[in-house]
Amino acid sequence: MKKDSVGIVKTKYLEFFSPPHELKLESGEKLGPVHLAYETYGTLNRTKTNAVLVLHALSGDAHAAGYHRSTDKKPGWWDIMIGPGKAFDTHKYYVICSNVMGGCKGSTGPSSINPITKRTYGLSFPIITIKDMVKAQKALMDHLGIKKILTLVGGSMGGMQVLQWTVSYPDMCHSAIPIATAPYLSAQSIAFDEVGRQAIISDPYFKGGNYYKSRKKPSRGLAIARMIGHITYLSEKSMHSKFGRNLQDKAKYSYRFLTDFQVESYLHHQGDSFVKRFDANSYLYISKAMDYFDISQGFSSMNETFARVKAKYLVVSFSSDWLFPPAQSKRIVNALRQNLKFVSYVDVPSSYGHDAFLLESETLTRLIKKFLATVSKEIL
Amino acid sequence: MSMSDLRYDLKAISEMIKPGSKVLDLGCGDGTLLEHLKITKNIIPYGIEISSEDIEKCIARGVPVFMSDIDKGLEDYKSNSFDYVILSQTLQVTKKPYKVLSEMLRVGKRCIISFPNFGYFSIRFFLLFIGRMPKVKILPFNWYDTPNIHHLTIKDFFIFCRKNKIRVLKKIYINFVIKRCLFIKVFPNLFAQHGIFMISK
Repeated sequence: MKKDSVGIVKTKYLEFFSPPHELKLESGEKLGPVHLAYETYGTLNRTKTNAVLVLHALSGDAHAAGYHRSTDKKPGWWDIMIGPGKAFDTHKYYVICSNVMGGCKGSTGPSSINPITKRTYGLSFPIITIKDMVKAQKALMDHLGIKKILTLVGGSMGGMQVLQWTVSYPDMCHSAIPIATAPYLSAQSIAFDEVGRQAIISDPYFKGGNYYKSRKKPSRGLAIARMIGHITYLSEKSMHSKFGRNLQDKAKYSYRFLTDFQVESYLHHQGDSFVKRFDANSYLYISKAMDYFDISQGFSSMNETFARVKAKYLVVSFSSDWLFPPAQSKRIVNALRQNLKFVSYVDVPSSYGHDAFLLESETLTRLIKKFLATVSKEIL
Repeated sequence: MSMSDLRYDLKAISEMIKPGSKVLDLGCGDGTLLEHLKITKNIIPYGIEISSEDIEKCIARGVPVFMSDIDKGLEDYKSNSFDYVILSQTLQVTKKPYKVLSEMLRVGKRCIISFPNFGYFSIRFFLLFIGRMPKVKILPFNWYDTPNIHHLTIKDFFIFCRKNKIRVLKKIYINFVIKRCLFIKVFPNLFAQHGIFMISK
């Protein structure tokens, strides 16, 4: 194991909102109890002011850094950014990452058992929103005794949660780093999400979401949803340089409906490996939560939305990201600037598309280290 | 950072600014001026910069900076939303100086502009006697790789202001070589290396 790794880590679990104190959801429904799976790296300081809350994207989980077992091939999903000496230096900061509500990696979601019926929720699980996810995370912060979070960081859907945090709980957020995200999901992105959901729902093994006891799962549908997703995560340029028109394990076209091109093989691989680790119902619920996200909901304008925030922001977008384009990030920044809030905005030149938020780690590390150094001076 | 470390024109600019004001610096570079103004004048700083390297320096200084090209305008900013808009040593670099100046005057109650004076005598002599594009201390570039694409003289600036009904509120003339000399005041277009102006609509 490398020196800059947080090493072997363990997922922890907490239970909140037990009846009769259920979590009141935005939809009006109630949910409880709620389990949250979370991991922490580093040590919380005496004044509890060095906490960094990492929020994950659609398919992420609580395992952001380190390894669960010494035999694990891959570390946590953002290991490149979290660890001793890294952007989120675990010698200095206490890093927390929890699996979102609605997920399938230990937190309460459609694949959990409904304690009342003693059966898996399936589609009886209530619709959740980004705001609801954040509410559950707030309970976790309360449990850990953290009143002020040094910084909140996340890309894509993680960035939506960052924004929601700073609007919902302005006094708890000292600084925020929303990456490759948007103040609301665009019609184009909702469209892609819907195609993905329809692929799952039309899978013959979906059975109205009641597939948990069946041997066959709606894997084809989920794989197709993931394939569509991956197209939107790349850019035309990155696809071209990664695959071009190269053929997969062959020199000539097959003239049959087989996998000819490398790009096809890549998408199949992404789809097939995704179904092994993700639940189709969770995909429906989480993508729906993203579709519903509009930070200015309940406010008269985008400017009014950010009128009461207190965090200092570092907003980052990537030039070739067409799923969460730079213009969307600029909307956030403009609203903050109109309100005279502290905000820096960087549009990182990159050809990786939306995926850049996981790949441009060197640039992100430099930016985040500098930003954290100045904002942490104020409360550490 | 001490005052003497500040570039001389930055020092002159900072003396023009009232404490506690909202200041937008276009092409703010590494954020030196805004940081200085924040510390000494308690201003609310905002920077716009296009260079990634400079942006990182601004972030390290704790100066809020927006990555953008000022040639693309300030359309996202409301009229009169800043007390001061600064354009320090940048006017001659912009592609559309007219657009940049009118946008500045729209969003800022007052604008501060500094630029190298192309009418400075050594520049005139260079062109007159050597017959080549001037390459002097204040304009050290070759014609083929200079960022300066819109040169102007102090006289040009005054004519521009008069024509566009822009009020010149303050003017400072700088010459690093002869520093304080009556010649600079009497014949600024000939003896000032730099001009700094505070203007408003």
